[in-house]
Amino acid sequence: MLTDFLPLFIMVVLAAGLALTLLKLAEWLGPYRPRAVKSSPYESGMDPVGTARERYSVKFYLVAMIFIVFDVEIVFMYPWAVSFKTFLEGGGGLASLAIIGVFILILFVGLIYDIKKGGLDWD
Amino acid sequence: MLEPFLFFLFAVLAVVGALGMLISRNPVQSALWMVMTLFAVACLYLTLNAQFIGVVQILVYAGAIMVLFLFVIMLLNLEATPRLGGLDWKKGVAFVLGVAVLAQLLVILSLRLNAAPTLLPAAEAADATSVENLGLALLTEHAFSLEIIGVLLLAATIGAVLLAKKRFV
Amino acid sequence: MAIIQAIWEVIDQPLVIFGVINGLLVTASLLVYAERKVSAWIQERNGPDRVGPRGLLQPFADVFKLLFKEDIVPTQANGFIHSLAPTLMVVIAMSTAAVIPWARTPAGDPLVIADIGVGLLLILAMTSISVYGVTLAGWSSNSKYSLLGGLRSSAQMISYELAMGAAAISVVLMAQSLDLFVIVENQNHELLGPFAWNWFRNPVGFIVFAVCALAETNRAPFDLPEAEQELVGGYHTEYSGMKFGMFFLAEYVNLWVAGLVVSTLFFGGYLLPWDPFFASILPPVLLTILQVLFFLAKVAFCAFCFIWIRWTLPRFKYNQLMNLGWKYLLPISIANILVIALGVALFHALGWA
Repeated sequence: MLTDFLPLFIMVVLAAGLALTLLKLAEWLGPYRPRAVKSSPYESGMDPVGTARERYSVKFYLVAMIFIVFDVEIVFMYPWAVSFKTFLEGGGGLASLAIIGVFILILFVGLIYDIKKGGLDWD
Repeated sequence: MLEPFLFFLFAVLAVVGALGMLISRNPVQSALWMVMTLFAVACLYLTLNAQFIGVVQILVYAGAIMVLFLFVIMLLNLEATPRLGGLDWKKGVAFVLGVAVLAQLLVILSLRLNAAPTLLPAAEAADATSVENLGLALLTEHAFSLEIIGVLLLAATIGAVLLAKKRFV
Repeated sequence: MAIIQAIWEVIDQPLVIFGVINGLLVTASLLVYAERKVSAWIQERNGPDRVGPRGLLQPFADVFKLLFKEDIVPTQANGFIHSLAPTLMVVIAMSTAAVIPWARTPAGDPLVIADIGVGLLLILAMTSISVYGVTLAGWSSNSKYSLLGGLRSSAQMISYELAMGAAAISVVLMAQSLDLFVIVENQNHELLGPFAWNWFRNPVGFIVFAVCALAETNRAPFDLPEAEQELVGGYHTEYSGMKFGMFFLAEYVNLWVAGLVVSTLFFGGYLLPWDPFFASILPPVLLTILQVLFFLAKVAFCAFCFIWIRWTLPRFKYNQLMNLGWKYLLPISIANILVIALGVALFHALGWA
C-alpha cells in the first residue's frame, strides 16, 4: 500500500529540510567576499586553460551501457529468487532453475564477449 | 477519498516534469526534470499497489538509464540547445504528425471512457502484483518471453561494445 | 487529554523520524571522531585530544568551523545544481535508514520506520540514485578535476552496484522475500545461533556484498574519485564551507548505513545469538531493548572494520578496480546465485528446510 511508504516520504522531506537548513545557515553565518582569482576553478595554481566541460573517453559511456543490460538482468532474477521455494514445493523447482540458468547463460556469453573484446579494459 | 487525489497529484507532477524537460535550455536540467517525471510515475505505480514495479522503475529508469543519459550529455558536451529557427517543411510535417498522434490517443481514450474496466479490490490487486506471483507468472506463462529478453539484452551488450570499439581498434 | 492524544497521533511519526535523523547526525559525528582516533591508534599518534574530554567534541567544533566558512562557487558553475548535489547526497544517505528493522517489538512486529514489503530492493534503488550526487557535483563545478573525479566515481559506483545486486539475490533465495524483517527472521535458529546467520550459510555472497558496500561508500581502498595525486579532491574539489561539510556528513552516514545493511543481511540483523533461547527467558520488552543494543554493536563492529581497512590497505589503480568489479566480483556473485539455488533445492529435497 502507498500508506506504507508515507513514513519514507516524511523521512525524505525531513532530511531535505535538514540539508536546506545547513545550506541557509552557512549562507547566513559565513562571509561572502568573491574575488576573480578566488572563484576561478582550481588548476594547481595556474590560470585555467580552456573549458572544463571537455569531451572525455567513450569508455564511461560503454560501462553505463553494459551496466543497464546487467541491471535489467538482475531485476528479472528477483521475482524468481522470491518464488523459488514455492516452485520447489510445487515440484517445478529444477525446471525454474533451468529456465533462469539459460537466461544467465545467454547473458554470460555477452559478458565474456565484452571481456574478450576488451570493452572493459582500462589499461 | 485519498486515492484519486494522490493519483492526480502524481499525474500532475509527471506532466510538469515532462514539460520542464521540454522547456529547459540546459540539457542537464532537462535530464533532471525527466528524473522527476520518472519518480512521479513510480509513485503512480505505488498507488496501484504495484510496489515491485514502482521500486524497479526507480532502480532501472532513474538509477541506470538516466545515468546513461547524463553520461551522454556530458560525453557530447552539449551546451544550451540553440533557439528554434524559422519554420520549414520538416517542422510542418512533424507538427501534423504530432497532432495526428494526439488525435488518435484522444479518440481511443474517449472510446474507452464508456467501457470503464471493473476495478479489483485493493487486497486482490496487491496479491496479483506481489513479487512472488510475478515470479510464478514470469517462469511459467512467460518463460519463453524471458529467454527472448535475454537474447535481446545480449544483442544490446554486443552492439554497445561494437559501436564503442570501432574507432579504437 | 483527548486533544493531546489526537495531536500525538498526528505528530508521533514525524517526531520519531526527526529523532532518527538526529541520531544519524550524532552517529556520523561520532564516526568522524572514531575514524580519527582509530587512525591515530594505527599510526601511533594521539589523534584529536584538545576539544572537550579526550577530544570528543572535535567533530562538533569542525561543524561550527565549516558553518562560518565562505561558500565559494566557481565562475561559470551552475549554482543550482552545485547546491543540489550535496543535498541529494545527504537526503539519500539518511533516508536509506528508514527501511532497516531495528528490533522485534514484544507484539512480534518489526520496529521500523517504513514497513514496506520490498525494503531490500528500495535500498538498491537508493544506492543507484546516489550516483546522481557524485555525477552532478563533478559536472556543475566547471573544473577539470571535478569532472574527471565525478565520472570515475560514478563509473565505479555503477560497476559495483551490479555485483551487490547479484549478491543480494542469493540472500533473497534463502529468505524467499524482499522484506528485510523476513530476511532477518529467516536467519533465526534455536540451535545453530550465529552459525545460522548468512555470513556462515553464504560466505561468498557475504564477501562480495561487503566489498561492494565498501566500494559504494567511495572510501579507501576504493577512494579513486579523490585520489589526491591524480585528481586533487575529486568531485568535491570545488566545494568549500558547509557544502563540503555535507559531502563529508553523507560519507559518514553512508558508512553507517553500509554497516546497517551488511549486518541486516549477513549478521542476523537485530538477532541475539541463540535468540529463541533468550526470547524464552527474558521479558519481551527487555528483549527488544537488547536487540536494538546488539544491532548497534554489530553495526559499530562493521564500521570499525571499514575504518580499519581504510587505514591498512593502499588504493587500487583504476584498471585494477574495474577489473575486480567486472571480471571477478560480477561472475563470482552470479555463479554464487546458482550454487545457493542448488543448495536450497538440495536442503528442500532432504527435508531440512
